[in-house]
Amino acid sequence: MSRTFLIIAEHRDGKLRQVTMEALQAAIEASEHDDRISAVLIGSGVEPLADELSAYPLSEIHLLDEDQFLTYNPETYTAALGGIIETVRPDGLFIGHTAMGRDIAPALAAKLQAGQLSDVIAIEKIDDSVLFTRPVYAGKALEKKTFAQYPWVVTVRPNNFIAASRSDHPPASITRVVSTSATPLRTIVKDVVRKTSGKVDLTEAKVIVSGGRGVKSADGFKPLEELAELLGGAVGASRGACDAGYCDYALQIGQTGKVVTPEIYIACGISGAIQHLAGMSGSRVIIAINKDPEAPIFKVADYGIVGDLFEVVPLLTQEFRKVLN
Amino acid sequence: MKVGVIMKQTFDTEEKIIIHNGIISEEGVKFVINPYDEYAVEEAIRLKENAGGQVVAISVGPPRCAEALRTALAMGADEAILITDDRIPHDEYAVSVVLAAYFADNPFDLILGGNFAIDTGAGQVAVRLAELLQLPHVSSITKLTFISVERVQVERDAEGDLELLELDLPALFTAQQGLNEPRYPSLPGILKAKKKPFQQLSLDDVGIDPNDVQAKTNRAELFLPPVRAAGQILQGDLPEQAAKLVGLLHITPRPGGTSL
Repeated sequence: MSRTFLIIAEHRDGKLRQVTMEALQAAIEASEHDDRISAVLIGSGVEPLADELSAYPLSEIHLLDEDQFLTYNPETYTAALGGIIETVRPDGLFIGHTAMGRDIAPALAAKLQAGQLSDVIAIEKIDDSVLFTRPVYAGKALEKKTFAQYPWVVTVRPNNFIAASRSDHPPASITRVVSTSATPLRTIVKDVVRKTSGKVDLTEAKVIVSGGRGVKSADGFKPLEELAELLGGAVGASRGACDAGYCDYALQIGQTGKVVTPEIYIACGISGAIQHLAGMSGSRVIIAINKDPEAPIFKVADYGIVGDLFEVVPLLTQEFRKVLN
Repeated sequence: MKVGVIMKQTFDTEEKIIIHNGIISEEGVKFVINPYDEYAVEEAIRLKENAGGQVVAISVGPPRCAEALRTALAMGADEAILITDDRIPHDEYAVSVVLAAYFADNPFDLILGGNFAIDTGAGQVAVRLAELLQLPHVSSITKLTFISVERVQVERDAEGDLELLELDLPALFTAQQGLNEPRYPSLPGILKAKKKPFQQLSLDDVGIDPNDVQAKTNRAELFLPPVRAAGQILQGDLPEQAAKLVGLLHITPRPGGTSL
């Protein structure tokens, strides 16, 4: 039986997010050849993105392009996407495990009375069943799960699926949809303060330069920021650094905080508490910089430098600059 | 004002995971209130202390969750409800349906929960509950302010961006780090907690047919990630080590950031 899958496309700063193509790849991996994969794109002034999206292997794009969708509002988005879902009746729904995905997926799953698997990192098909791998205890263990029935909802962890490539087929058709909302709006978005504009999102970053208590102050993050910027990466932190008030909790990596899987993780002045290790052990290459040669972080690091981060980090920046120029 | 806090009990974040006979061993494990739920408990108690009202802590889970609920009572919650029944599967759909049945019979002005639980990391139950109860919700809040008796303003952390939202109660919110600093239960608090109302309910008590809470997902396998071996500690003076490290990495600059 041919099935229909729907991905919810996400964008940021006027660009399609990488995780959208990764969610598409997840849908491709979960589907059979005769299944249909469609996308829904929601926002304001996003028509050019729909054109861009149409180059990917999709059957159809549902475009919700209205002023009211300029910023994410759980109510308007759930109502509008709920409307699309009623029309498309997907067997499976895919979205990134992002601020929006984490919020809207369970709401849509509840509407559909569907099961949901969050933060999926791999998909495999064995005989007739589809197995979804996901972390538990922030990656201290992993589980493979199946759904008992259709429809279902999956959120995809950024940086874990290869982004789908453009197809050589004719572009997907774009259907403009006008939202109809019967219920009066209860939630108003008053303001959005873009603190991360132009910056690389922590969960999507290929390189993360992360600071712990050893950074000593908010100013102490400056050399880390410089290195991260040079490498096109993001700055993260340990719980210790956040609790000490050196940085925003939004940067925290660990079992509380975010789980990240970049290609390069540079831990600066981080001792390596179990709760922190849970959040970054899935990184491809781990580099540890710490004054204490006995710090547990060295036990998981591929490369370690024993030394003061305030000396080592600027030296690294200097060396990377030589290579990149 | 009546505030309901949905909470769960989890392993302490410093616990290692041991798999025994295909399940995660709970032997000798230290249990805590899920850290994100703890912010919700604290926020509810602060609201009560500032404006009066009643705080009820509600858990769905095994009998050991009673300990976490007692901690919430010791912190200052007024009443605890534990919905425990072997027929409730480990499935977010099922748990949200059970909670929705309880809340449908027991209306609250405000429901607070954690952003996600640090064990399953699913982050589903609270938002599902809001949807089932047809309540507006905002997840991952770092600030909650009353602007009138029944209207609140909240700050939401959206991957580092800050969203400011306003809505009328009743509503549901999930707590993010930074919302508050949870208190430790005081000794008088612990003593008082023993006398506070504590109800244990079954599926029958909340009026749910076990057939309506069949799991939508099943676990096929549980395993530990590959162990990361310690790598090499670089030698030499620091400039030498820095140069060596950069040489070892073979990085390539790409538009989306540097890659290996």
